[in-house]
Amino acid sequence: MSGPYPQVLLKHRKPDRITTLAEYRQAGGYEALHRVLTSEDAAAVKAELADAVLLGRGGAGFPAGIKVQTVAEDAPFPRYVVCNADEMEPGTFKDRVFLHAEPHMLIEGITLAAFSIRAAHGIIFIRPEYESAARILEREIGIAHREGLLGDGIFGSEFSFDIDVHRSGGRYICGEVTAQINALQGIRPNPKQPPPYATDKGLWGQPTLVNNVETLACIPHIVNKGAQWFKDLALTPEAAGTKLFCISGKVNKPGCHELPLGIKLSEIIEDFCGGMKDGATFKGCLPGGASTGFLTVDHYHIAMDFDALKKVGNRLGTGAIMVFDHHTCMVDVTINLTEFFARESCGWCTPCREGFPYLLDLLRRIENGQGEADFLPMIKTMCQHLWKSYCAFAPGGVASIESLIVNFEDEVMAHIEGRGCPFKK
Amino acid sequence: MFPESLKNELQQKIDRVAHPREMAIDVINALQDHYGYFSDEALGQAADLLAMTPLELDELATFYTFIYREPVGKYVIHVCDSLICWMENGENLVAHLCNRLDIQMGETTADGLFTLLPVCCIGYCDRAPAILVNRMVHGPLTTDALDNLIDKLREAST
Ligand SMILES: Cc1cc2nc3c(=O)[nH]c(=O)nc-3n(C[C@H](O)[C@H](O)[C@H](O)COP(=O)(O)O)c2cc1C
Ligand code: SF4
Ligand code: FES
Repeated sequence: MSGPYPQVLLKHRKPDRITTLAEYRQAGGYEALHRVLTSEDAAAVKAELADAVLLGRGGAGFPAGIKVQTVAEDAPFPRYVVCNADEMEPGTFKDRVFLHAEPHMLIEGITLAAFSIRAAHGIIFIRPEYESAARILEREIGIAHREGLLGDGIFGSEFSFDIDVHRSGGRYICGEVTAQINALQGIRPNPKQPPPYATDKGLWGQPTLVNNVETLACIPHIVNKGAQWFKDLALTPEAAGTKLFCISGKVNKPGCHELPLGIKLSEIIEDFCGGMKDGATFKGCLPGGASTGFLTVDHYHIAMDFDALKKVGNRLGTGAIMVFDHHTCMVDVTINLTEFFARESCGWCTPCREGFPYLLDLLRRIENGQGEADFLPMIKTMCQHLWKSYCAFAPGGVASIESLIVNFEDEVMAHIEGRGCPFKK
Repeated sequence: MFPESLKNELQQKIDRVAHPREMAIDVINALQDHYGYFSDEALGQAADLLAMTPLELDELATFYTFIYREPVGKYVIHVCDSLICWMENGENLVAHLCNRLDIQMGETTADGLFTLLPVCCIGYCDRAPAILVNRMVHGPLTTDALDNLIDKLREAST
């Protein structure tokens, strides 16, 4: 077994409870915030973030250092920081694990991000399924207030900051930045195409920084230990930091592990998940949630980082690895994923609203033995149309379908030629 | 009936924020908890409190998975039907549940105890197959564990 690898975000994770404020401070928690606030140096935080090449952990991988810099120095006040704890990408549960482990690390991270852009209000947007995490956050925010870590004049500085927890009513699209901003304003959460970008005109038309839970949680550590240390955590030279991978499906031990970016997929499965379930054979996986494409046995040893996946036309996404074995019908898997996108489409634009049910129909017919060879070009064309939808939901939704046709063409053809599913015989 | 105490409590919460409508989901949730679902009556009351039109609120209410515009049972069971739960025998579990409760997805039992609704991945794929009962997670489930759960909930409400 390789490793052990350095633990940063989940180092003090306990099986059944959070790290308390006292324990967090004992381990050096809130020291970064203290130092930054007493030195009054917001520019240094921004510079360190940019050097650290911290890529957004919420799925899109946008550099966090660049995002904070897009809030102009002379931008109007008030400004907002939104922590995206929606985590509705199927297969993803890393933020849930983290929130039940280290709420104060997140509170400190949000506050540091807020200080760097001089935001006075923070909001944690959380899905309704995570009610227990929402309550933990509310309680710990209250404790941080009482200890002077939030509120007026934190650490005796001029900086005042508050955090509210906002519960979603529950829809996948609310995870998308512009939809989330609508949701927070009590507006039906359809996305809105930028510009203006949220960092320019976001919540209530004011500059708003939106980042994922895991991204924000990295900030105190980067401030404490520096950009170079963060980069050195990763195993590949292009990557930086650790990643919370959540692995589910046909492995013996599903779960969430903090591992260096660039770790091999095979190592994650064999050394951290107890290998394939019941001695089955690895057939493929989704590397980062339902919005990424299928990897195959050919990618079994791929380095799990943003660049390596981009090179094979895929994405790291949320780091939610969903594993399939040789008994799994990939057409069936794709049908389930497409049902998700058909149901969760916000309905705002026609290609997405109409396209997913159309694709679902073709895929179901293939699965049921009514498929024809000319379905394949029809599917490809429709996927191309979906790339022209209004937001990133639809391109994410066709990722599995497009990769099914490319990476598992033989299996699709076996359905069509054999007039049915070869796995159901 | 809309108790004065609840109304005042919500009004106070709304008064504390800069924009009343940012409280829309919280107000809907509170009224839903009170009435059991987000009824037309509740819709009107929420609209008054939030200074929004009933239509604006209905645009929200009809969009979200966890807001019920029709009466639901005492226990709302949301069954995850996304990839991992489905792969881990979720389909049989759904069939078992429908059979056991003698209702289809989307229906409520005659005694008003249980409503069955599908839901997308609830973020507990490490505990698949998983369900939510009134937003509390249960998993990984077997048919036996599911039977026990239903029995317990039935007992608790007699
Ligand atoms: C349909 C859709 C759903 C999304 N859901 C989430 C989510 O649940 N959580 C999240 O952090 N980002 C989600 N994102 C990505 C966000 O739009 C955004 O990129 C991210 O929150 C920015 O934070 P980061 O840069 O720290 O990753 C979603 C994007 C799309 C298109
Ligand atoms: S692509 Fe889909 S989710 Fe995005 S705006 Fe269009 S209908 Fe809504
Ligand atoms: S697929 Fe059911 S909880 Fe994720």
